Parts: sequence; C-alpha cells; structure tokens
Amino acid sequence: MSGPDQDWDEGDPERLYVITRGRSGLSERTVLDLVTLIVARAEAQPSMQPEHAAILRMCHSPLSVAEISAYLRLPMSATTVLIADLLADKRVEARAPVPKALLPDRALIEAVMHGLQRL
Amino acid sequence: MDFKGSDTIVGPRSEDVLPSSAATAVKVVIVGGFGVGKTTLVGAVSEIRPLTTEETMTQAGADVDDNAGVERKTATTVAMDFGRISINDELVLYLFGTPGQQRFWFLWNGLFEGALGAVVLVDTRRLEVSFDVIGRLEERGVPFVVAVNTFPESPSYPLDELRAALDLPDEVPIVGCDARRRESGRDVLMSLMRYLYSLTNPERP
Repeated sequence: MSGPDQDWDEGDPERLYVITRGRSGLSERTVLDLVTLIVARAEAQPSMQPEHAAILRMCHSPLSVAEISAYLRLPMSATTVLIADLLADKRVEARAPVPKALLPDRALIEAVMHGLQRL
Repeated sequence: MDFKGSDTIVGPRSEDVLPSSAATAVKVVIVGGFGVGKTTLVGAVSEIRPLTTEETMTQAGADVDDNAGVERKTATTVAMDFGRISINDELVLYLFGTPGQQRFWFLWNGLFEGALGAVVLVDTRRLEVSFDVIGRLEERGVPFVVAVNTFPESPSYPLDELRAALDLPDEVPIVGCDARRRESGRDVLMSLMRYLYSLTNPERP
C-alpha cells in the first residue's frame, strides 16, 4: 500500500490549527457536503479573517464546498469550519444537494442523461 | 502583510463561474487504484480544469511517551481530484476521483452516501486492485458500473472474461473506455445513468 504508488503525502497540521482556531469541523461536516453550493449574501470586509473574505469574494456566484476547498488550498474539514462561521453570521447561503432519501430519482436521472448527451 | 494574505487566494476564472440559478448539485464517484486514469477521465469530461480537494488524517505517532507529555502527531494529506459538468441552468454534476483504499473514503463525509452512483475504473494490468473496491461498494449498497480503461500496453480481454474474473453480478454493466477521450468518458457516465434509471423501475425483477 505504501511506496511510490501513493495518492497522499505528509502535511502541516499547525497552519490549519491556526486558521480554524483549533476547531475540527466535525459537527459542521454533518451539514455541509462536498457539493453543497455556497452563495455569498454579504461583501467581504477588510476586518475579516482573510479566508472568510476570500470565500465571500469567490462565492458571488454559486460554488461547491469542494471548489472552495480547492481554491483556498485548505482541507475540506478546515473549509467547512470557515463556511460554517459565515453561515452562522448569515453572510452566505447554502444550497443543499439532493437528499439521499430521494436518490435515485427518475426525473433527476433523466435530466442528467439529457445534459450528458450535449457533451 | 500576512504571509498568506487573502489577495493570494484566487477563486474561479470567469469562464468557470456557475450561473446564479445553479440550485442543486449531484455527484458521481470515480474509484480506482493509483495511475488507473481517474483524473484523466474526470478531465476529459469536465468543463473546468480538474481541481484538487484535500483532507488531512492526523494520527498520534506510535512512539508516544506519556512521561514526557509530548505526543508526536503525523498528518497525512489525501488528495481527491474532481471536475464539473453543468447539466442545465439549475443542476450541476460533480465527478470525484478517489483512491481505491477504503480507509480514505471516510475522510470525506458522505462521499458515497449522497452520490448518485460510482464508476469503478479498472486497469487490466492490475485487476486485483478492483476486487476490494467492488466488494466494498456492494457492501455499502452504492450502485456502480465498471469501466475498463484501455491502455495501449494493456492486455486486452473480452469483457465477458473480465466480468467473470471480477465476479460481477450479471446486472452490473461493464464497459470499455479510453479515459482520455471525452465521448468515451461521457459514454461511461451514460451507462451509469442508464443503470441507475433501471434501478428506479419498481417493476424490475
């Protein structure tokens, strides 16, 4: 399993600890999925933590939590902590993915097939 | 000025911005071993250049010394590449390529649970990697199709033989693909969607 065939590498936990002020994101992660779409409802302020301001700026249009994590270059768990802060302050809106209980849905699958045909 | 100021954080390029009407996102997971072509497949069909999200696994080191009160921690970062396809003005499909090792799946909460389904990408040179993946998906009740990525130097087997070798149930589709080609990647996704559609039919045997 180890050796050169790796999809992972060693990281730097201290920097993340500072950015999230030590919070792990465990409770927030139950709400925010990789594909929850986040939309800004407020402007970035100079007094904000830089990561919060960056999220508000990049979410003028809807953006998934996964994309925000990629652009911030932060792990998902740290990213969801930051987004949860903004949600609590009502500075962003979250558009949840289709609930698991509704999957697989015929109309949804049909829509996806339609979209794929145009690729 | 901060070491990492917000000015250095760059969001999506203007052409990568979703319409404000985008309301719902769904996801499909591409599972496969290292080097099987997950990112290639994602990149072939994605409207954005594939992005990478990470998760960090922090583990207490094995050499914990209670007396010293110092716990050595190691952090392992696991990366997952993903892409995006806008289905219509309101619906967006995300594709996540994830390593085959199950212990990494739990890093991303709900990666499989909320997914429409999965594509198991198979390299015939390393078929054994796929056994475990297929078993785990079956256990978790995640619907999937198998896509065999044809590398020029791969031994070529009839799909029937691969089905038998992978011990795949008859109803699970298995298709060949060239992960570098957009049409081929789209066909793989279409076969997954057709399979998912068949599963929604309440009259299926």
